[in-house]
Amino acid sequence: MVPELKIKDLKASVEGKQILKGVNLTVKGGEMHALMGPNGAGKSTLGNVLIGHPNYEITGGSIVLDGIDLTNKTPEERARAGLFLAFQSPVAVVGVKLSTFLRTAYRQTHPEDKVTLTEFYDRMKVHMKKVGLDESFMSRSVNDGFSGGERKRFEILQMVMLRPKIIILDEIDSGLDVDALKLVADEIRDYYSENVGFLIITHYQRILKNIEPQFVHVLKDGKIVVDGDNSVSLRIEEEGYDWIKN
Amino acid sequence: MEVEYSKDAEMEKLLEDLKNSNVKKEDWEFHDNYKPVYSTGKGLNRKVVEEISEIKKEPDWMRRFRLKALEIFESKPVPTWGPDLSGIDWENTNYYNRPDEVNSTKWEDVPDEIKETFNKLGVPEMEQKYLAGSVAQYDSEGVYHSLKKVWEDKGVVFMDLDSALREHPDLVKDYFCKAVPATDNKFAALNGAVWSGGSFLYVPKGVQIDMPLQTYFRMNGEATGQFEHTIVVADEGSKVHYIEGCTAPRYDRNSLHSAIVEIYAKKNAHARYTSVQNWSKSVYNMPTKRAWVDENAKMEWVGGSLGSKVTMLYPSSYLRGPYATTHNLNVSLAGPGTVKDTGAKALHLAPHTSSRIIAKSISIEDGKAIYRGLLRMNKGAEHSKSHVQCDALLINDNSTSFTYPHDEIYEPTATFGHEATVGRIGTEELTYLRSRGLSEDEASSMIVLGFLDDVMKEIPMEFAVEMNRLIKLEMGKLGAVG
Repeated sequence: MVPELKIKDLKASVEGKQILKGVNLTVKGGEMHALMGPNGAGKSTLGNVLIGHPNYEITGGSIVLDGIDLTNKTPEERARAGLFLAFQSPVAVVGVKLSTFLRTAYRQTHPEDKVTLTEFYDRMKVHMKKVGLDESFMSRSVNDGFSGGERKRFEILQMVMLRPKIIILDEIDSGLDVDALKLVADEIRDYYSENVGFLIITHYQRILKNIEPQFVHVLKDGKIVVDGDNSVSLRIEEEGYDWIKN
Repeated sequence: MEVEYSKDAEMEKLLEDLKNSNVKKEDWEFHDNYKPVYSTGKGLNRKVVEEISEIKKEPDWMRRFRLKALEIFESKPVPTWGPDLSGIDWENTNYYNRPDEVNSTKWEDVPDEIKETFNKLGVPEMEQKYLAGSVAQYDSEGVYHSLKKVWEDKGVVFMDLDSALREHPDLVKDYFCKAVPATDNKFAALNGAVWSGGSFLYVPKGVQIDMPLQTYFRMNGEATGQFEHTIVVADEGSKVHYIEGCTAPRYDRNSLHSAIVEIYAKKNAHARYTSVQNWSKSVYNMPTKRAWVDENAKMEWVGGSLGSKVTMLYPSSYLRGPYATTHNLNVSLAGPGTVKDTGAKALHLAPHTSSRIIAKSISIEDGKAIYRGLLRMNKGAEHSKSHVQCDALLINDNSTSFTYPHDEIYEPTATFGHEATVGRIGTEELTYLRSRGLSEDEASSMIVLGFLDDVMKEIPMEFAVEMNRLIKLEMGKLGAVG
């Protein structure tokens, strides 16, 4: 079944302040969407609201994945339904070993898969190599002492290992140099299929040169104000956001 | 990466265990119907102490020692500088219980009911897997002890202290209450007066024991005091790891536990003492643990303190010879209604001595974790160094943690450092783990275990699993965390 994420008239606030003011967006398997917008438009808020971050309050609308209403579900229920957010600034979790964490997360999201520990780690090593993380990272604490770029590589590693259906990448290119960006983009393209839909949140057009989206949306002041194709991102690169009216 | 694999497999097993830990408190805080054959009854006086010595057919010096200790106990006030001890019911405590029959080394000879208790605790299985020799204590006296012949042939003595006093009286006399005299504190004096059971371990010069020696015991009988006395002697150039662990049945009334542990690490010896204590919520746990560490010897204290109502525990190392070192790792879990007043003492009495102390505490709900430490560097303890690290994790808004380090530095060339951190389980960390599919409980446990990681590595796997389960139980009861 081709997955489908339907965001309908989504409204959300942080500490009483309304940030999202009615977002409508549908992401299907086989689709690559980019969400752009000026600083403070609410892009990261959307990512956090979709994943169910407890600091954000949904005040209206709905989030539905494959017919299942996730609007009031916990973050773990959303993850198990197949939703994944690559965080803009992933936090360090001291003492929690990367390999153990990933293995536990996989078992929660794929309880039916009886893959052995060795198989799982073998697969992990293949992908670590692809995203440019040394095998020694397996026994390190999650994000602890990682550089910005290493954190981003690890987010992508988690994505390919946990095999989600709908993926939100929040500023995945920040902190990555040109070579690293290429590796990450390759991994994203390799994972991309008819059964996977992407929502790439980005302020700049840079990553969109590596991964070409079919759809580009512009979020401004809590609402999507432009729906177009990749030409929108090219225009933003040249002219900025001033041409877009609310 | 092969080594990593096996470690991961262990961790995996551990997490699996954690996930499946549907075990309820009632399951492990069990009672059985075993009745002590002999008890001195409730309360303490000269007659009770004489009776204990009489029953044990002790040498006269021990009888006199007990009576002297009783006088000291009676002369000392209950300490008021720490946690509230007014709940100790001195009058209603049984100071001595003797189980059926004397010690037996053969498993078949152990009474069935006791055997069943040990089975529930998993002792025989553990022994097969981990133990070189074991003494298990039931009520106030060891009833089962075994020692692998290979160590016996090397001259290792490992038995309960009562037996050791009969079979090796001179050896016991050389070490008994030398590091911890009865005058040390009220609870040490009490132990001196009514001690019963505990282990005696002597490792001769140059003998290196690579497998840990372990005692697994538990308290039983309502309002029963436990006053075991353990002595470990690592003679010159020897190496030994002694492990002690226990779970306790549930009590309705306050129960008093006051052990003494004395460790003697002679020149060039390496001694390690690991203890995981998991007392019932009604227990006052007041042990005195101390090591004498001689020239170039190494002492390691590894401890996990779970359960109990109040625990006051400060394992101490007296660094008596040049280049003596001590490491002290301790984890305290202060669950709801619990006070954990724990810490460490390091006394640098010779040049080039070093100490390293890592103390971690977790406070849940109104649990209160206190670090109380003493660092003393005598004049003449030249170039000695010390490092103390205290990390506290607070689970709930009403959880508390306090740190009272006390330093007495009289040597100008000595160096020392303190680090202390207090943390909470953060929303960002929880959300991050949960966004990958981990439940809130699972995520919290993982963060807590991560916090303990550097200490957990030092704790034997079966204890680590047990600690995991207990932490999980304590946190699971709360429902939502944060």
